[in-house]
Order: sequence, then C-alpha cells, then structure tokens
Amino acid sequence: MTNQNESLLQVRDLTTTFHSKGRVLRAVDGISFDVRAGEVLGLVGESGSGKSISLRSIIGLARDYGTVEGNVYWKGEDLLTQTDKQLQCVRGSQISMIFQEPMTSLNPLLTVGLQIEENLKAHTDLDRRARKARAIELLDMVGIPSASSRLKDFPHQFSGGMRQRVMIAIALASNPELLLADEPTTALDVTIQDQILQLLLSLAKDLNMAIVLVTHDLGVVAQTCDRVAVMYAGRLVETGSVRDVLKRPQHPYTLGLLKSVPENMPPRTPLYSVPGTPPALDALPKGCAFAPRCHKAEDVCLGTKPPLSVLGDGISSACHFTADIREEVLA
Amino acid sequence: MTQLDTLQATTPQKKKLHPRVKALLRPGFLLGFFILSSSILLAVFPWAFAPYDPNAFDFNAIQKSPSWAHPFGTDNLGRDTLSRVIWAYQVDMQIAFFATFFAMVIGVIVGSLVAYHGGIADVLFGRLVDVTITFPFLVLVIAVVAVLGPGLTNMYVAVTLVQWVYYARLTRAEIMTQMTSDYASAGKVMGYSSTRIIFRHLLPNATTPLITYWMTDMALAILLGSSLGYLGLGAQPPQAEWGVLIAEGRNFITTAWWMSLMPGIAIVVTGLGFSLVGDSLADVLRPRGAS
Repeated sequence: MTNQNESLLQVRDLTTTFHSKGRVLRAVDGISFDVRAGEVLGLVGESGSGKSISLRSIIGLARDYGTVEGNVYWKGEDLLTQTDKQLQCVRGSQISMIFQEPMTSLNPLLTVGLQIEENLKAHTDLDRRARKARAIELLDMVGIPSASSRLKDFPHQFSGGMRQRVMIAIALASNPELLLADEPTTALDVTIQDQILQLLLSLAKDLNMAIVLVTHDLGVVAQTCDRVAVMYAGRLVETGSVRDVLKRPQHPYTLGLLKSVPENMPPRTPLYSVPGTPPALDALPKGCAFAPRCHKAEDVCLGTKPPLSVLGDGISSACHFTADIREEVLA
Repeated sequence: MTQLDTLQATTPQKKKLHPRVKALLRPGFLLGFFILSSSILLAVFPWAFAPYDPNAFDFNAIQKSPSWAHPFGTDNLGRDTLSRVIWAYQVDMQIAFFATFFAMVIGVIVGSLVAYHGGIADVLFGRLVDVTITFPFLVLVIAVVAVLGPGLTNMYVAVTLVQWVYYARLTRAEIMTQMTSDYASAGKVMGYSSTRIIFRHLLPNATTPLITYWMTDMALAILLGSSLGYLGLGAQPPQAEWGVLIAEGRNFITTAWWMSLMPGIAIVVTGLGFSLVGDSLADVLRPRGAS
C-alpha cells in the first residue's frame, strides 16, 4: 500500500457473488482500482458486466443480498468490515450515491425540502433555519429555478431531469468527498443528459469531489472522465487515462467496443459488433472471460486468466497479447 | 381587452374539485360515512337518543311488539329494545376499536422490523405466522378467552394476541415491496438510521393497504365481539351488547322476534358502514396510478 496516501478510495480484489438455487453467480470477480481525490473515474461495460454491483458493493448495499469479499479502503479503513451502524457516518457525509432512476429514488410522500434537510439533519449540526437556508442554497447550486418556493413541492411535481438534480442536491448536502454515480443519465433524454453531466463535472471541480461514474456510454466517458476502467464479465480488462485508453486501447474488448461506436459512417454500411454474447455469470471461463469472443484468442487465453498488468504509458490491461494489439491499432 | 382576458372573462369560473375529494363524493362512501358518523354519535351520546333507561324493568310492558311507545318492542323483562340497542353502540364501537387498534400497532411495528432486518427473526416470524393461521381465527380466540376467562378486557387481549399476526404479515409484505425501491437504497446510502428509514420512509408508503384492512377488520371485530357476546365469552349481561341481546332473545325467537332481529340489524348496518368506508378509502388512497 505505497500509494495509500494519495488515493481516496482503494478497492482491492473486490469479489461479489450471489447464491441462487445452488448456483453461484460471480457478478464482480476480483477487481482492484483506486480513486484519487477530485478525479472522475468512469466505469464502463455492457449490461451485466458488474458495474452497478461494484458500486453497491463499495458502499455496502450489495451485501444485503450477496457475499462481498476483498477490501475497500476508505482513508485507510476497510469499509467492508464495518457494520451498517459504523457505515452511517461515512455514507451520505463522506461518500454519497445517486441512482439511475430519478423517478423512484426520491420518497414520493415527503417534500423535496424535507428530503434535503434530512441529510443535513443526519450529518451536520445545523439548526432548523440554517438547514433550510442550506437546502435553498443546494437547490440553487444544482440549477433549480426559484429554489426557495420549490422546497415545499413533492417529487411528482418535478420532471425527470429536475428530480435527478434534486437527488444530486441531497447527495451533495454534506459535502461528500466521493460521489458514486450509478448511470445517472441513462433514464434521461439526451439534452438533459448533457446538462446533468456538465452539472456533475462543475460541482466536482468546485467542491473538489471525486466521482465514480458508472455508464455504458463511451461518449459520456470521453466527455467527462479523467480515467476509465473497462469491465467485462465482472473483471476489469483495462484501466488508464481516458485519452490513452480511447486512443490506444490495449485490450481486444476495448478495441471492439470502440469499433462498435458508429462514427463518420456512410449510409447503409453494416455496423460493427463484437461477435457472441458475454458468458453466463455462473459459468465464467477458466481463462480470459473474453477469450470465446476474441479474434486473437489462443490456447493460453482459454487456460490462464491474464492478470491486469501495467503497461508503459499509464494503461493497465488484462490480455496476453497486449503488444500485438498495439501494433494492430497503430497500423 | 386582450384575447386572453376575454377568454378568461367568458369562461365560467367553475370551481374544480380535487380528484380525491371527487372520488369521495360517491354514494357508497357517503352512505358508509353517514352510518359510521351516526354510529359514533350514538356511541358517544347514547342518553341523548335512547328513549328509556336500557336497564329499567317495566313489568307492565313485557315482550310488547314494536309500537310507537317502543319502536323496537320490549324484552322479557320489559326493557326497551331500542334503548338497549342504542346503548350497545357504546360497547360495540369500543370493541371495533380496541380489538383492532393494539393488534395493528404491534403488528405494524413487528412486521416492519422483521421485514427490514430479516435474518433469523424473519424466519421465526414466518413460522409463527404459519402456526397462527393454521388455526381457525375464532377457535383460537375462544381458546385464549377460555384460558383468561370471559369478559371484554380479556376478549381484547385474546383478539390482539391472535390478530396482530395478520397485521404484521401484511406490513411485512408491504415493507418488503417498498424496500426494493430506489429511495430505500438512497436512504441507506445517505447514512440514515434503520429506524428512520423504516418509520419515516418505508412505512408511510405502505399505509394504504393497512388502513383499508383496518377498516374491514373493525367490521369483523364487531361481528367477532357479538359472536363472543352471544356465546357468553365477551360482554356479560346485563350489559347491553348486540351479541348479548341476540342471545337473550334466542329463546323467544318465535314469540318475540324483535328481541334478536333488531340488534342483528344494528350489527349488519354498522358492519356495512365500515366496509363501505374501507372500500372507498382503498380507492382514494391508492398512491400511484392516481395521477
């Protein structure tokens, strides 16, 4: 743990398994990554690759219905060994989370003002009047017009985008140092998506807050993140700075993902897609999880799991043939 | 005058009712509400409505059939049946409340806690529910009353002991549903205490079926109370209670039918009132989909 001081959050060998009718599903399979203060880390992957479960494992939600192993160090303390009661002072005040579905993540029976003040009540010493003032300030900060008059409104009186803003206001009420954002823009339409992302970015900058942004949208990653971690079948296949990973992907899966993004395509050209489907989580291959779909795969890929190894230029990649891929990209 | 102004001026200012208020202005609810409110009135001020003392004997008027002087007739001791039915409201409305309220409070608390915390408590609770609902409700209540001895208080205890399980089961199911929603997870990741999440976030969202069930249960409690009264396990004579009144008239059913019929009608009407109100509230309180 040499870099313990510079990293805010260190995830080590995080493994989340679900037991269902005698089958064991490995949703997250030994992932490790760091989040530094103030940085935006994108966690990308297709549906079912374990992105959301990773986030929920970090904050201790996944252990309610699965088994979480590994270590999650937050300021040197392992969050996974803490009880729910101990976690109460980390959750909401130091680490916050926003969800994919803004329509359901607010309590329909409480006014927006009460829900913001609730966080302040739990984590700060502000009195009633100060809480109200802070709630107005927060709504103002997330760009809700005439904030003071909207405190008394109920969630159903807000649109989807506005609700996500309210959710952000609640999550940021106690100035967290890390925000876990679980596909915060997926349920919103494109123009609102962009607004919400810009808002998150500017708030992260102003408050010096780190964000882990889960998404399946590479465009969002390119636009917002500093670093990116690509997940496939519960494993990290590639991490690195966004510029490096998107420009010079070292892993065939990342390469496949990037090739699938339609860009400057003439009309009526067939779109590229990675052949095959991801493996079932109860039958992960012994070797590289991507091997069955990989055009590069050889015997070694089927037999041994490639480790996530650091390559020269700030990229870590889990592939036996990183050198070859590089040549292919450069060619 | 601009176009908008003319438009506003010509549109008749019809006051729009809130859709929920509108839903309450249906004959079913109005009838139920009328029955319930008059029942409560009769229960609170029986002396204002009852023409005679319910326990006063009149040996010149024994088993008189209904007349202007005694609209519901008199019983075998010359007591006025109408007055006894009216005074019985006090007892039976009390039964409706006390035989359900404590069961509901206990059931809601236990149900929420086991639903939220799960684990071994939830498993044990599940077995307890299974065991309880295996027995017919009335048989179990009668068994408990038999142990505790007859009387109203013991009847409340017996009903609460059995009935709370049903409320707990309902609450547990509702809380489990609510727990899958994102705002429950959100409350958790915001670092709120479990008590707060349960009682401030989950439970208020789960009250609708509870209130409806409570209303129906009050109607059933009146039936149960009168059944036990009839069997001599609930209210004790000479206290006026509908079940007791029916039991008193039982031997005279061929000669003085009014002694049993009139309290029977009171039971039916009051039960109907609770059911009508319960059904209408179920429609009105349904939170989602009522946009």
